[in-house]
Amino acid sequence: MSVLRVEGLHAGYGHIEALHGVDIDVAEGEIVTLIGANGAGKSTLLMSICGNPRASRGRIEFLGEDITRLPTHAIVRRGLAQSPEGRRIFPFMSVLENLQMGASTTDARHFDADLERVFTLYPILRERRQQRAGTLSGGEQQMLAIGRALMSRPKLLLLDEPSLGLAPLLVRQIFSVIREINVRDRVTVFLVEQNAYHALRLAHRGYVMANGKIVLSGSGQDLLANPEIRKAYLEGGR
Amino acid sequence: MGYFLQQLINGLTLGMIYGLIAIGYTMVYGIIGMINFAHGEIFMIGAFISIITFLALGLVGVGWVPLALLIVLLATMLLTSVYGWALERVAYRPLRSSPRLAALITAIGMSIFLQNYVQLLQGARNKPLQPVITGGMRFLEDGEFAVNFSFLQMLIIALTIALMIGFTLLINRTALGRSQRACQQDLGMAALIGIDVDRTISLTFIMGASLASVAGLMFLLNYGVIDFYIGFLAGVKAFTAAVLGGIGSVPGAMLGGLLIGLIEAFWSAYFSVEYKDVAAFAILVLVLIFRPTGLLGKPDVEKV
Ligand SMILES: Nc1ncnc2c1ncn2[C@@H]1O[C@H](COP(=O)(O)OP(=O)(O)OP(=O)(O)O)[C@@H](O)[C@H]1O
Ligand SMILES: [Mg+2]
Repeated sequence: MSVLRVEGLHAGYGHIEALHGVDIDVAEGEIVTLIGANGAGKSTLLMSICGNPRASRGRIEFLGEDITRLPTHAIVRRGLAQSPEGRRIFPFMSVLENLQMGASTTDARHFDADLERVFTLYPILRERRQQRAGTLSGGEQQMLAIGRALMSRPKLLLLDEPSLGLAPLLVRQIFSVIREINVRDRVTVFLVEQNAYHALRLAHRGYVMANGKIVLSGSGQDLLANPEIRKAYLEGGR
Repeated sequence: MGYFLQQLINGLTLGMIYGLIAIGYTMVYGIIGMINFAHGEIFMIGAFISIITFLALGLVGVGWVPLALLIVLLATMLLTSVYGWALERVAYRPLRSSPRLAALITAIGMSIFLQNYVQLLQGARNKPLQPVITGGMRFLEDGEFAVNFSFLQMLIIALTIALMIGFTLLINRTALGRSQRACQQDLGMAALIGIDVDRTISLTFIMGASLASVAGLMFLLNYGVIDFYIGFLAGVKAFTAAVLGGIGSVPGAMLGGLLIGLIEAFWSAYFSVEYKDVAAFAILVLVLIFRPTGLLGKPDVEKV
């Protein structure tokens, strides 16, 4: 069954269109990645799925329901969470409060168990739970952003460049947690990445975006083997 | 010494009133980055609803002062909140994504509109109210002069402190308060985790209006007379207080209010009554030169 289906999506900022007819399909249980150069429109797509900027044309379905015109809060309350570009944790709140915010739309009875789950995935957050989130390191902020998204018990997790700016060891840790979330917690993942090598190895399938359009798609293995992809996104990578 | 103490009491009382109004400015600014210039008029409406309720209670013969006060307090908080809510809903929400200037001009327009609305309904003349709470404590008696701490002043100070404590707990400890702080820090992100941003903004206007309405009631009791124009000067001063304390900061608004009240009281006592308003603004300018974010304001740099 398809969890997310995007058909012919157009969206942009003011008069400037950034997405020119995007089609995406993500099935239940999958990890699907989206790679592409800077400015291709990847973040715009993730945000547009959440209703901001709003689709000017096209259709977005989540779990079979048309969400194209719903307000942002109504979309995410259906079981979708995003860890957006730039992390956007609440800097003047404590780590714990950030996680509480993530859980603000779920049943309070799950809270303790969900918190425990996030602390198991990211033990450093447990240590730092009273610390003001704005004072965390970049890697810790990224963990917090993912943890906050997980606190809402999403069926679909949208991640926007979770590895950006992190040391290789941390990158590997972030990716292994994504896999664990997918396998153990059965969360479907749609992952935007610059780090194409890691992303394609992790993902079941991938899309390549250029100038607001999907130009290529296929299994992670196929894309990794594709000479064009190697040339454009993997040269110089590991 | 006695004279000084008296001005301290008077200044604190006045400052409490300014502080309660200032919170509304600061919270709205914190969330939607807009100066709600009609907030002074919300305070004025709170005072009018208070006087109307007092007169109505007199007509039906509710004479026991504590009961009457309680009823007036609840009535003005409730009804003034409706005005605050409607103001945002009708005038500001449709402009949420317009340029800031449009919202600013609308706010000034709403301020003038509300003044005229009350003038039309209630007339332009002063509305006096018989003193409701009389008496007080006299101490430090020294010949002719004695410090007078009236029961009314005690009530104003105690009620404000109680409201402040309740309000601080609400902001810091409850889910609603957390949502408000989240909206302040990143409106778009708050929506992205499922917060109904429109609802949170509505609640912010409701809270600001109900605190301003209490200030309106206190103003009425303190001065015993109101008119449709009182919102202007009180609004400007409360706004000054909010900027002085650091706009966006709730404790800052309260601190700023107290300072403006004290400056006003001491200036009129020791220098000249005519220039008391100028004094408050002069202090504001000085503070902003040396601390542009206000006394308790946070610099924006941490907003990554
Ligand atoms: N808030 C905005 N206002 C106007 N234009 C924007 C805005 N955000 C993005 N754009 C433009 O939309 C296009 C797509 O940007 P987007 O951020 O979606 O790219 P991206 O693929 O996520 O890039 P990156 O890899 O650098 O994050 C770019 O041309 C960008 O300049
Ligand atoms: Mg991006």
